[in-house]
Amino acid sequence: MIPLSWYLTLAAALFCIGLYGVLARKNAVAILMGIELMLNAVNINLVAFWHYLTPTTVSGQMFAIIVFVVAASEAAVGLALIISIYRRRNTVVAEEIDLMKW
Amino acid sequence: MTPLQLIFLFTGAAILISAVMVVVAHNLVHAALWLVVSLFGVAVLFVLLEAGFLAAVQVVLYIGAIAILIIFAIMLTRRVMQDSGPQTNQQWWLSALIAVALFVALLWTLSQVAYPLANVPVPESYLITLGRSFVDPNQYALPFEVASVLLLVALIGSIVIAGEKGK
Repeated sequence: MIPLSWYLTLAAALFCIGLYGVLARKNAVAILMGIELMLNAVNINLVAFWHYLTPTTVSGQMFAIIVFVVAASEAAVGLALIISIYRRRNTVVAEEIDLMKW
Repeated sequence: MTPLQLIFLFTGAAILISAVMVVVAHNLVHAALWLVVSLFGVAVLFVLLEAGFLAAVQVVLYIGAIAILIIFAIMLTRRVMQDSGPQTNQQWWLSALIAVALFVALLWTLSQVAYPLANVPVPESYLITLGRSFVDPNQYALPFEVASVLLLVALIGSIVIAGEKGK
């Protein structure tokens, strides 16, 4: 039997690694990869809670599936935005995309 | 130490090491391949948690679709980066500090909460229940429809955003 706290610790570590990637990487695609890591950490948490706390209901799995849907939409729209920015400004470095910076 | 715990520790180490490689790798294609390893580890965790359907969805959707999409985006935007120079911005140490601080805070919070463990096995027919609750108006029919509309909007929106404007 694997303790629930192991899953939660692993998910917390994965989330923090993803957060570092989002905050520190320059390339916009790498930032999106960090976001995917964070979403996966959340999904581990949701499924672990479903398995250990409420296995007889489906709500935990439902949450995880909605996260899957949102992650797919987010990746598609985000990468479309990056390709559009690359086409117009010839850069994917997040610091150089400062058109709206005041 | 049971075999399941050993599998968990091995998978967890693989996930964390490949996740670190995703955020520190210089070559973005390598980072994307490490991301695939990490996502596959998460699928193994779903199997350990007796959520086989989600593990299948994880492999099909994350590894089959999102990871491939990311590799395509890297290859389409590769010319400017050329993997030269630092891949992190000047505030990388502050970002690392924030990440470590958040991890410590999360661990402290975890140690403070007592979870009401159910200690009942996952029912054999949970997948049938899941499928029925998707179409049951009293349960999750509305979120299901909203999710499908969201996917359609994302599909059309990304075509419009990334599509070539006729000039």
